[in-house]
Amino acid sequence: MGKQINVALIGNPNTGKTSVFNALTGLNQKVGNYPGITVEKKEGVCKLSRGLKAHIIDLPGTYSLNASSLDESVVIELLLNKNDKDFPDVAVVVSDVENLKRNLLIFTQIKDLEIPTLLVINMADRMAYKGISLNIPNLEEQLNTKIALVSTRKKQGIDELKQLIEGYKDLSTQPCLDTSEIDKDYFSSLHKAFPNQLLYKLWLVITQDVNFGKTDRNEIDAVANFKTKNKADLKRLQQKETIKRYQFINNALKKGHTIDTSKAKDLRSKLDRVLTHKIWGYAIFFFILLLMFQAIYDWSGIPMDFIDETFASLSEWTKNQLPSGAFTDLLAEGIIPGLGGIVIFIPQIAFLFLFISVLEESGYMSRVVFLMDRVMRRFGLSGKSVVPLISGTACAIPAVMATRNIESWKERLITILVTPFTTCSARLPVYLIIISLVIPEGHFLGLGYQALTLMLLYLLGFGAAVGSAYILNKILKIRSKSFFVVEMPNYKLPLFKNVALTVVEKTKSFVFGAGKIILAISIILWFLASYGPGDDFNNAEEIITTKYASQNLSEDELQQHVASFKLENSFIGITGRAIEPMISPLGYDWKIGIAIVSSFAAREVFVGTLATIYSVGSDDEATIKNRMAAEINPILGGPLFNFASGISLLLFYAFAMQCMSTLAIVKKETNSWKWPVMQLVIMSSFAYIVALMAFQFLK
Amino acid sequence: MENTLAHLKRGEIALITDVSSIHIPLKLLEMGCLPGNTVQLVQVAPFQDPMYLNINGSHLAIRKETAMHILIEKVSHG
Repeated sequence: MGKQINVALIGNPNTGKTSVFNALTGLNQKVGNYPGITVEKKEGVCKLSRGLKAHIIDLPGTYSLNASSLDESVVIELLLNKNDKDFPDVAVVVSDVENLKRNLLIFTQIKDLEIPTLLVINMADRMAYKGISLNIPNLEEQLNTKIALVSTRKKQGIDELKQLIEGYKDLSTQPCLDTSEIDKDYFSSLHKAFPNQLLYKLWLVITQDVNFGKTDRNEIDAVANFKTKNKADLKRLQQKETIKRYQFINNALKKGHTIDTSKAKDLRSKLDRVLTHKIWGYAIFFFILLLMFQAIYDWSGIPMDFIDETFASLSEWTKNQLPSGAFTDLLAEGIIPGLGGIVIFIPQIAFLFLFISVLEESGYMSRVVFLMDRVMRRFGLSGKSVVPLISGTACAIPAVMATRNIESWKERLITILVTPFTTCSARLPVYLIIISLVIPEGHFLGLGYQALTLMLLYLLGFGAAVGSAYILNKILKIRSKSFFVVEMPNYKLPLFKNVALTVVEKTKSFVFGAGKIILAISIILWFLASYGPGDDFNNAEEIITTKYASQNLSEDELQQHVASFKLENSFIGITGRAIEPMISPLGYDWKIGIAIVSSFAAREVFVGTLATIYSVGSDDEATIKNRMAAEINPILGGPLFNFASGISLLLFYAFAMQCMSTLAIVKKETNSWKWPVMQLVIMSSFAYIVALMAFQFLK
Repeated sequence: MENTLAHLKRGEIALITDVSSIHIPLKLLEMGCLPGNTVQLVQVAPFQDPMYLNINGSHLAIRKETAMHILIEKVSHG
């Protein structure tokens, strides 16, 4: 066992910090969560030499140690806590050669914490392009550190960086700024009260809104002879501090950093003139959306069909190969289809994150945020809510995960809460079959009624999302700093390695996170549908055989009647009949009730459940459709699926919160059961009321 | 009040003279929005909101309500 040192990668967003992390650790990395919060924790191991290993943490990107979001407070909490097992032996600050001045701000802050700090100047390949020249020895002297000039794109400078990390003991811990210069009186009285503490550390603890280990904070408040200042005064001092830091940086860069603007090329402004244009900008954004839908709906259809068929035949194969019995049934009808229900989402999720990570890596996403902010703000959302709302049309699960970069907690929470209203792909099979049953085939202005209905349902989903955001914005009393500062990074060609790692990481996190819940639900559903109390269920075969003895049915037909009778008397069937009085005002019978109950696990289960109930052996939609069309309403007579009950059902599915996996991910992201329970209750009761009114009005 | 950042026109360059630190997020100050630095309005979304700026070499977008608290002195048309 060699020795291991802790290395923390710190830096502004968009400096290629994660590329440096990927270059250092390769596939030797894992992504988890910081305990109790949903901020991603990325760590990996990098071999140095002579048995020395570096344990590397890629900390969330931050502009300074003054945290303004959950992600950023992780950085400062770690750097202030010497007892944390991850406390760095050396901090590596990653900067972008084009934004060196701004990137150095956090460098000076970390150095003032007297942690050994070295500097990476990344994207060195762009120096010639931008006319930048650097005098590294001079900069090293001025900043009192060691510098690695790195280009992850050209794979240069990584070995030098490893050597510098290895020699971390030689790094100076001399601070950049004398903290007491910010305000002499204030800091000398602070020093008197806490003679053994680092002044800058105390200053950070005083000025942060987040709680850093309660002891520190209380200690300061408890000392009676030290009077702290009010918020506005503190902020004025922070501004003074920032000005002083920039003075230091400007001085340090005076000799070692020069830009010859005549040699600089400017691709950014050419692209921005088009991509953020008042008309073209929106047109291009719309086109990219279309392309994304195409990929998510059409291109992922092929692998999804393949997965579907593979799992169906796997299930069949298991049934044939293993001795029949409860265990085989559970495996073949519960677990394997359950696993299939997880795996089938992989293509869509992978495509979605492929698009999102390419848009993010290239710098285009910031332009979308810029274009959409004004529109979204009217509804209590942020420009940054656009991404999740778009993703939601594929699936709400990755969409909820995509809300993480919204700084304001209120805007993020509202986005999470309304995203499930957007029409996800699981609603599509339900919509398609009901529309084909109850909407006539005529045309209006050249557009089919059926297509129009589908389009209306999509608009209804977006409308519900935006409308409820508006209401939530009015009623939620959450004090959350609402500000909007978006960096507009340079356009870059995405690095394949980064995109691939993101796609793999997000997909894995879905499969193992939400997947566990989908699996558990499908096993429970199988039990409820396969077992029942009482004699009717246990003697189903005898009862049915006697009942149809005179009709000379084939073995297959007889089996279908048995299965149907069993389902009717299973736990889930009894539940369906128990809720019948509740749903008959909406125009449904107990069978639809069962389908609704089972589709609380996932909406697409609806068609499958009806298929089983109507004794249709296959999932072939035409056959189910004929059966459904033939069903008679037990109370009112006439076809069960008529215009009124059809519309009522469509509206119910448009609004109801029927997706266990979404609830699970909302619980994970908000870290509380309060919000998913609220979603379930409010969305579903709203769906019930709307469906009730629609049926009563139309019948 | 014609001398705030919110009144800058597209392409114009100005010098930041003062910022009202109570109304401005610290993050913006830290990104270089400080007195003495130059600012150029690169692009605006419809209704002049948000505004896409180049402050001292940093490119960023802020809302108009924030820009109103940054005082400027116009320098030239870019």
